[in-house]
This record gives sequence, structure tokens and C-alpha cells, in this order.
Amino acid sequence: MAAAPITRLSAAELSRHLASGELSAREVIDAHLDRIAATDGIVADGDVWTGLHDAGEGSVHAFLSVTAAESRRQADEVDRQRSAGEDLGPLAGIPIALKDVLTTKGTATTCGSRMLEGWVPPYDATVVELVRNAGMVALGKTNMDEFAMGSSTENSAFSPTRNPWDLTRVPGGSSGGSAAAVAALQAPLSIGTDTGGSIRQPAALTGIVGAKPTYGTVSRRGLVAFASSLDQAGPFARTVEDAALLQRVLQRHDPRDSTSVPHADVDVVSGLRDGIDGLKVGVVTELQGEGFEAGVADVFAASLRRLEALGASLEEVSLPHAGYGLPAYYLIAPSECSSNLARFDGVRYGLRVDAPTAEEMNALTRAQGFGPEVRRRIMIGTHALSSGYYDAYYLQASKVRTLIAADFAAAFANVDVLVSPTSPTVAFELGSKTGDPLAMYLNDIATVPASLAGIPALSVPAGLAAPDGGDVQLPVGLQIMAPLLDDAVMYRAAWAFEQDLRFDASPTGRCAVEVDR
Amino acid sequence: MSVLNDGWELVIGLEVHVELGTATKMWCGCSTDFGGEPNTRVCEVCTGQPGSLPVVNEQAVRDAVLLGLALNGSIAPRCWFHRKNYFYPDLAKNYQISQYDVPIVADGYLDVEVEEDGDIVTRRVGIERLHMEEDTGKSLHLGETGRIHGADRSLIDYNRCGIPLLEIVSHPDLRDPQTAQAYLRELQAIVRAVGVSDARMEEGSIRCDANVSVRRPGEPLGTRCEIKNLNSVRSLGRAITFEARRQVAVLDDGGQIVMETRHWDEGRGVTETLRRKESVTDYRYFPDPDLGAITMPADKVAAIGTTLPELPAATRARLAETGLARDQIATLVGGGLVACFDEAVAAGAPPVVAANWLTGDVTGQLAAVSLTLSDSGLTGVHLAELVAMTDDGTVSMTLAKEVLAGVIEERGTVGPRQLAADRGIEQMADEGALQAIVDEVVAANPGTVTAIAQGNAKAIGALVGAVMKATGGKADPKRTNELLRAAIAAAQPE
Amino acid sequence: MSLSVDDVRHVARLARLALPDDEIEALAPQLSAILGYAEQVAEVAADDVEPTTHPFGLADVMRADQPRPSLSREAILAGAPVIDGVRQVDQDRFSVPRIVAEEG
Repeated sequence: MAAAPITRLSAAELSRHLASGELSAREVIDAHLDRIAATDGIVADGDVWTGLHDAGEGSVHAFLSVTAAESRRQADEVDRQRSAGEDLGPLAGIPIALKDVLTTKGTATTCGSRMLEGWVPPYDATVVELVRNAGMVALGKTNMDEFAMGSSTENSAFSPTRNPWDLTRVPGGSSGGSAAAVAALQAPLSIGTDTGGSIRQPAALTGIVGAKPTYGTVSRRGLVAFASSLDQAGPFARTVEDAALLQRVLQRHDPRDSTSVPHADVDVVSGLRDGIDGLKVGVVTELQGEGFEAGVADVFAASLRRLEALGASLEEVSLPHAGYGLPAYYLIAPSECSSNLARFDGVRYGLRVDAPTAEEMNALTRAQGFGPEVRRRIMIGTHALSSGYYDAYYLQASKVRTLIAADFAAAFANVDVLVSPTSPTVAFELGSKTGDPLAMYLNDIATVPASLAGIPALSVPAGLAAPDGGDVQLPVGLQIMAPLLDDAVMYRAAWAFEQDLRFDASPTGRCAVEVDR
Repeated sequence: MSVLNDGWELVIGLEVHVELGTATKMWCGCSTDFGGEPNTRVCEVCTGQPGSLPVVNEQAVRDAVLLGLALNGSIAPRCWFHRKNYFYPDLAKNYQISQYDVPIVADGYLDVEVEEDGDIVTRRVGIERLHMEEDTGKSLHLGETGRIHGADRSLIDYNRCGIPLLEIVSHPDLRDPQTAQAYLRELQAIVRAVGVSDARMEEGSIRCDANVSVRRPGEPLGTRCEIKNLNSVRSLGRAITFEARRQVAVLDDGGQIVMETRHWDEGRGVTETLRRKESVTDYRYFPDPDLGAITMPADKVAAIGTTLPELPAATRARLAETGLARDQIATLVGGGLVACFDEAVAAGAPPVVAANWLTGDVTGQLAAVSLTLSDSGLTGVHLAELVAMTDDGTVSMTLAKEVLAGVIEERGTVGPRQLAADRGIEQMADEGALQAIVDEVVAANPGTVTAIAQGNAKAIGALVGAVMKATGGKADPKRTNELLRAAIAAAQPE
Repeated sequence: MSLSVDDVRHVARLARLALPDDEIEALAPQLSAILGYAEQVAEVAADDVEPTTHPFGLADVMRADQPRPSLSREAILAGAPVIDGVRQVDQDRFSVPRIVAEEG
């Protein structure tokens, strides 16, 4: 047996224990299922465990469903293969949680929406196939803001996920369930999706690593689209190495996704430990200062000193159009979403609210099936694309994308990576921003520019800080951005930073989820 | 020929949709075969399942370029796809992937021949654009009428959803129904000649909507109405004529034409309001973020151009030089018979004889057994062999038709000479047996014999017919004639 | 940009959302505020700037015209909505209430 509890081990450590035979895949799965049963507020019964709509204040509620029987069966299969001497990949037998926006054949996929409650997809997402081919064992589907629209997971139709560091606070979003599952030791790895920051921001708020790979390197096939030109799946993990190992599995060209780039299989693993002596780090002027909490700013300043101490050279870099990223994003993403979500009409799948005519049936189904934020974004996008407004909104926003991409290209001519705080704040209290959409949107201010440019970016834990006017210590993330297809350099920087910082990713504090130390 | 009184001018533009004959759909690998049980040619892509993504069918793009070149259009060096957003249950994603600001083909034209005051004149019809898009599913309306009005429920089959379509939009250059019909027929012939679709109106693989307006000559264009549900070239002509007269009647009454979509009712011969244009959805076109651009550099276009076959106009000109009549040429070209004709001529059949066979007995026999020429297995080589057999006296025309039927029956697996031999279809070689029958016929028809002897030479036909009947058509007509004449002469008193 | 209640109602119709009046009224100022914020993009998006719709601008991504197996009819129809325990499928087709307007 391993010395530490199984659920505290990283994927890399578990991999070594599985390879040596110290642990079986079944033991690993059972330990994580037990952990979920103890902390998630789920009905841990039957083949598929279902998440409670009111999980209670003491629960994380990271999962919407847990495929317990199937997970155990797959773990047994990995053990059988290993004992038969079959050649298994490094992540074979490692548990993983999947954001409920990825289609899973035979397993319900809700996207956190009433609209798709009970829908069982007829096909697997490409990333789900890749994860399975790597021998990883899916635990279940994680909670999210409805159709990935939100920054707190409060927009889930099935009640919010809570931050394992403080159960009165949000875990960020939209991939809050995937982030919280990893932070709460329910899974060593999970997959989220990032459209404007939906992996990086929850990673920062829950004290873990989360990466948005270069757009087009991870297949979007089977990722239920929010904004097609921005959506990208990526890994969550408690260590940089684990995130890199998972990303290595996910980055693969997919001929069934027309936006998949031909040379998608970037090697983010080999050079991980090469260090950052001499690395040129650009500090983005526009992504700090006003609007960023004092505690966040302090941790960021300390992070810069740490990078410098590790041999990196720092340079202030301006992205003149970064400030226009958020307004452009809030035109482009809703526009694409208004079209992508048109297919939810009560005809072929999901919810139908009956009515005398097809048109009324469509309109009632959509009004009742979508939550308020999704309705709001569909309305924004429909208006932005409508006759007479397209040029002023969508077209102008698309031009801002060009300008932002050009800003990044100019910056990367001089530096290797760019850094900023991932989120302007630490985790905020549940309900504190739900009344003001625009205030909620400001959470994405630092993450959106990289999304618009398609460049890779990750968030690595940088320390703890108190919110403005508070005293609880909560995680702060450092965002590292890199040039297109150079995902490896950001992982190298993040690994060096992580090794030096030695951040303990176990939630602590008064309202933290219980951790066995 | 004008359908309107003096003082009014008719203006017509046509939007034609061609369903491509590719093996698979536009965005997915599902089969495009016509028919099939409902919802059996479907997958996550063409039923718009959440998370599914489109990938462009390469053949559909080639077909678009090929047809664009055949229509004298310019090919866009770079074009892309837009989403046309509107809600309809048979549109699985509730947006149609189409093209908007830059179609793959623009600025083409088509020359059509029409008859005017007894002369054949050529009219050039401008083609504004040809773009790629996808078909919708099919709705079955349950209720009394089978039509959408009065239905209780509608049932959706997505087999057709996602089949590649080309939309070809003409300029409003057409001025009368005949020219509109000629344009549609010519377009159909070109589509078939380049081989991108079978272009069958009855199966919906080519569909046509007409934009019709009227004006006083020299004035700006009048308000147009779009007419849908035109199921044949004939309905196109009838619908335009009805609609033009309707519009003039409204205007003559001091009324105004409302921009709208109208439905052609074939049975009643009228157009009716389907929906008013002002209520039409704002389509909110924007570039489809799931798809990249399509580039067509000059060398690629040229390479596709080299595969362009002879087009109907060139075929017609070439056939005219062989001495065929215009109607016969039209039948050959319109019926897809030219390849077989060329093959027969190359194999030695005289052009006029080959054309007569093809437009006459071949077409007739195929229709009788409901086969297409290609399905029948009949080749130009077969036809030339058949012609040679009649020339060398192996078979009479009557027997030749029997041989043709046999070849079709065997789906072309057996050639005419072999088939005639196998089935014993050949002219009587036994001179003695023929002489005996001739003598019987002469003896049995003394009246006719007398008439012939008295100078009514044509009456011999009746005796030839009688011999043919008695021999089951196997007698050589020429030899029969000779023997009959000799027998009649011998029967006359000195 | 300020959206009136009527503007919002029009957009809701385009988006095919049967929103109650109180939500329409609440959305008018919200959408106006969000779009007002987003309008900043016009400050920098000059005429000579080309729009970007995709980070890589991939072109000519196509597939060969070769059939792949379809999904089974059962797999597709299994997703159909259920009302009062009845899957909304009839004659192997998706069944919907009568369609009022023709379209397309």
C-alpha cells in the first residue's frame, strides 16, 4: 500500500504504483468512489449514482452522475490487461471526471441544463474516445454552468457546485464541477472546457492546475458547442505534470473536426523539467491593476519575483487592445451561441413542452428548458447578428480579434511567455454576483484575450490571499500564456514555478471540505 | 409569344436547386440513395445531435466547380460557408449551412434556343450565382389534405437532411414562360451532361422556384412574388402565365402587388399566398465557425475544367452537321442518348439510321419496360450491329425490332447477332419453302393479283404482308417481292 | 444602444423564446447595458482591419466522398422527447404538432 491515502496521490504517482503492482486499478477507483460518496452529496447507490439537486451546505456537488458500476468494470478490465502482460499507457487505470458537456454514448449528458435532462447521446466525443483508449477510467459527469455559460457554476440547472476551500463560495466556472472534483480529491484528473476562461478561472479559484490548449489541437467533436470558434477542452490536475500527461493524450488531430489543426500532437511532456533559466517572461500591463483585488495583486507580485529568482527575465509588455477583449468576447460568444443552441427545439431530443403548434412548442420548450443566463446570451447574440446590427457588432468584434492576435504576435516576438493573474478575484460567495450579469462577466477579463487569439494558456496555483474585506485565505492562480502551438513552453514555466513554490493543493480553512491528512 | 396584353412586360428570374449525385451527404458519410426507410440514412451530424460537427464533401465542391464552368461562371479563388438561421422542424440544426457573400461561382450565363415567329433564336440568360448548401429533411403532414394546411401533426424524416445542393440563381433576364422553360430544360441537360445529378424533377433532384413580376416597359422592376411547388417544366410555364395575368389584373384594378411567396396548385391551375415576405425571418447570416475556407486556385480550376465533357449546345451543333433533324437532336440530347448514338456511329451505323432507332424503337421499347438506357445494357455497338443485320438482309425491320427487344431483355449481355442465332430469329434461307408460300398467297388472292397485273403496283404490299405473316416475319422482303412479281407474271394469261 | 421592450420582444421572436412580459421588461435594460459595454469594439475596429473568425484560418479541410455506416434508426429515434411517458415518434419519424408556417 502507498503511504498516503490513495486520493491524495497524483496521477503520475498512481501510475507508478499501478505499474509496480502496489495498487490495483480497482483499489484506486474504489478509493475515489468512496471519496465522492463521502464528500459530494450524491445518492451513492445503484449502477449510476445521481447527483442531489440540493446536495446540502456540507457537500461539494461536483458530480451530476457517477457511473460507479461501469467504472469498476473498466478498472477490473485494466487490472486484467495488466496481469495478462498487455502493454498499457502511463494513464491506464487512472480515474478521470468528465465535464457534462462532452457526449458519452450510453451515459446521460445534460450540459447542466433542464433542456437535456435525461438525454443519452448516440455517440462518444472524440476526447472521450481518446481517454478511454488511454485506459483511463471515467468516474462520471461533472457539474457546470448551463451550456458552459457562466463563471461560478451557479447557472447549473441542478444547483451549484461549492468550492472545496470554502463551501460557502463558488468554485468558478463554467467547469466548476471538474475543478472542484480534483480539488476535493474526488479525482486526480478531470476534463473541462474553456471558451473565455472556463478552465483557467475555476482552476485558479480551487487551487489547482488547469490548461486551455492551443485552439484546434483538441477535437471539439462531441463537445456540445457554446461558441465554436473559442471552445476548447483541456485538463485539470493538482500537479503540472499530471495536467501535461493528460493534455498529451487529448491533443490529437481529428479528421472529423474541420477546425482541428494537422499537427495537433504537441509534446508538452518531454521538456517539462528543463527549467526556465533565461526564459523571457512578459508581464502584461493591461491585465493587472484596476479591478484586481489587493490580495491577488500581492500574490502576483510575489510570483513575478519567484520567476525572476528561477532565472527568468521579466519585461513589462503591452497588449494595447487587451481591454477590448471582453467586449468583443461578449459579442462573439453570444452570437455563436444563439445559432449553436437553436437546435434545442423539442423536436429530436431533450425537453419538449407540448403546445398546439410546432412553433409554440419550440418557443415554450426553449423558454422553459433554458435558464436565465442562457436565455440572456441567446438574446444578446440574436440581436447582435440581426439585420442592421451585424456590421456594428459581430463584424467589429471579429476585427478586434485580429487586433488582439496581432498584439500577441508582436509580444511573442520579444518574450517566450506572458503572465497575468488568472482571475481578478479569489473565490467569491455563492449568490454574490448572480444579480449583475456584467459584474459576473468581468471575471473573464484576464482570460478572454488568449481565448480570442486561440493561444494556449494555463493557470497554476500561486499562493493564498484574502478577498477584499475578508480574512479567509483562498487560492490565487498565475496565468501563463504562450504562442500558438507552443503549449510546451508554458508547461515548462509552470512546472518550474510549481516545484519552487511547493503549493499544497489540499483545501484548508474553516469551511473547507474535509481532507484526511 | 406574349402571355400579356400590350403595354405590360413580364420579368422572370429562376432559382434552381440541384441535388448532387454524390455518394454521401454534404457534411457526413451517410448515403444519399433516394428512397429508403425513414430515418435510416442518418447520423449525429445530419440529425443535428449536440456536439456534432460538419466536414465538407470534396466531391460536392468539385461538382460545384464543374457545373460552374459549364455555366460559364467565374470560380471564387476563396469562398466560405455561412449559417442561414431559421427555425423549421425538418432543418435539424435550425440553421442551414449555405453560402452568402461569396458564392463558389458567380457571373455565369446560359444560351437557350427558343422559337419566335417560326424562327429559332438564341437568348442569353445571365446567372447571378451558384452556391453550395444542404438539403432539409422531409415532413409528412398527417391530416385530410396531406398538405401542411389542415394537418394535425407533422412527421419528420431526416434521410434527405444534409444532402448536397447547388442553388443556381438567374438574373431576372427572362421575359416569357417559353424562355423560362427552355432555360430550365437546358440547365437540366447541362447538369446531366456534366454528370453531377440525374436532375429528375419528379424525384425532386432538380427543383425550381420562379420570381415573377410585371411592369410597364422601361419602368423599374415591379414587386415580385416567388412561386414554389413547380413540379415539372410544364407547371413552370403554366404557373408563370397564371401569375403574370393575376398580377396584371390586380394592377389594372388599381391594386398593388404584395411581395410574398405563392404556392402553385397544379390541380386547380392557380397560385395562392403561402406567406408574406414581411413576416419572413431575419436569417442572421454569419460565417460558420465550424468550417474553414475553400480555395480554388487557377490551376485547380483548370484541372477540374479538363474533365468537363461536351456540353449540350456543342453536341447539338455537332449532330446538326450529320444531317439530323432539330427535333431528333433535341430528343437525343434531352434523353441522354448521345453517348450511345456516338458509339453506334463510330461502330459503323449511318447517323440518321442510328438516330431513328434511338429516338424511335429504342426509346419506345425502354419506356414499355420502364428501363433507362444505361440500365438496359444496350450499347451503341449493339445498335450498329443491328443496323448492319438489316442492311445485309440477315433480318427484316420487323425481326430487327424483335432482336432489339431480346437484347434489352438480356440486359445487353448478349449481342444482336448472337441473340438472333440463339433464338432462331433469321430470314428464311429455304428458297423452295418461300416459293411455296408465295404460290399459296398468289392463289388465295386472285383479286389483288389482277389489280396488280392491271397496273396497281402498290397493291403488292398487301401480298408481301400476307407472306410475312405466313412466315412469322422471317421472309426476306426483297426476295419475297421478286418471287411475287414472277408468280403474278406467270399467272397471267398470254 | 438602448433596446426598447418592443425591440426585445422582436428579438425573442427571432430567437424563438416564449418569454413572459416581466422577463422581456427586465431584459430591456440588461441587454442595453451589456450591448452598451460591448459597443466599445467600434472604437478600434477600423475599416482596414480584416475580421478573424478562426485562430488558424484553416482552408480546404475536406473528406473523401466515401460512405460510412449511419447510426441505427433506433439510436436516433431513442432521443426523441417523451411526453406523459410517450416517446414522440410515429411511423419511424419524429412527431411534432402541426407546423403553422412554411419556411425555407
